[in-house]
Amino acid sequence: MPLTETDAPPASATLTVRSLLVWGLLAGLIGGLLAFGFASAFGEPSVDAAIAIEEAGAGHSHGDDHATQGEHGHGAEPAEEEVVSRAFQSTGGLGIGAVAYGLGLGGLFSLAFAFAYGRVGSLSPRATSLAVAGLGYLAVVLVPFLTYPANPPAVGNPDTIGDRTGLYFGMIAISLALLVAAVATARALAPRLGGWWSTVVGGVGYAVVVTVIAKLLPSFQEVPDGFPGWLLWEFRIASLGTSAVLWAGIGITFAALLQRGLTRTRVA
Amino acid sequence: MAVAAAIPTALPVPAIPVRQILPYAVFAGIISLIALYFVGAEQGALAVFEGTAVHELVHDARHLLGFPCH
Repeated sequence: MPLTETDAPPASATLTVRSLLVWGLLAGLIGGLLAFGFASAFGEPSVDAAIAIEEAGAGHSHGDDHATQGEHGHGAEPAEEEVVSRAFQSTGGLGIGAVAYGLGLGGLFSLAFAFAYGRVGSLSPRATSLAVAGLGYLAVVLVPFLTYPANPPAVGNPDTIGDRTGLYFGMIAISLALLVAAVATARALAPRLGGWWSTVVGGVGYAVVVTVIAKLLPSFQEVPDGFPGWLLWEFRIASLGTSAVLWAGIGITFAALLQRGLTRTRVA
Repeated sequence: MAVAAAIPTALPVPAIPVRQILPYAVFAGIISLIALYFVGAEQGALAVFEGTAVHELVHDARHLLGFPCH
């Protein structure tokens, strides 16, 4: 049935980067709002609990001689002027941050989709969207997280923020570049090894190389003594979940908009 | 024909030529990365603007999205 004349795509049923970008931004908006909801419900309790510990002073026991106090405005330091109130940080600020991040990610996602579609196996547009979201989450969120886990307030030495930020972004870049290389390798090997084994080679190759690199990079043990383990766990799971909701929201919304756009064009 | 109908979702839509994607990718990519930078790192390890307003505004999002904050 899909091969009959009415189902054949008319000349207008092509994808343009412009429409992909629009769908990507919309998907990013929705993903950002969903992530905001998830973070409000499941992330904020652990952020608040960590800030309470920080304010109680327990969070700074890792500081030996450097001034670890009052490096940032949680309202922990009465002497420090709070530019944005905690109440707004945990609501409006979280929302603005999540939506701005979602929009940026959604735009980049649509561009990644534009490159991936039709070039990574014979996946349908919707399946490509989910594949890009899944692999993107793996390479941009999960692997960097496993290398440099997210930390709640009160965890982390302000003296190493430069190193940690550089290494975290570096790990995202390395992981993403390795993913692209793995996909390209799998595609190149597919004619010789077949789809199954070329995918296995690409996947295992990515896992091995990224693990070796992650182990070679410096690590940071900056959880202060007395910081509750359950709170660290809760925060980190909430952080992974927030990103998962964001990426899933973008992937699924983008797929739905894509399908709607394509079929509407075909009907018209 | 019945066999072909087993995968109704496969739309034969052509891939977009790389030449068409590139200008959008460069421009929108840069804009998007700036947005991500402001949420992820501004007034942390690096700072375009002075002060802590941006850092504090996106503070919770930065923590929960997994970026090093302080």
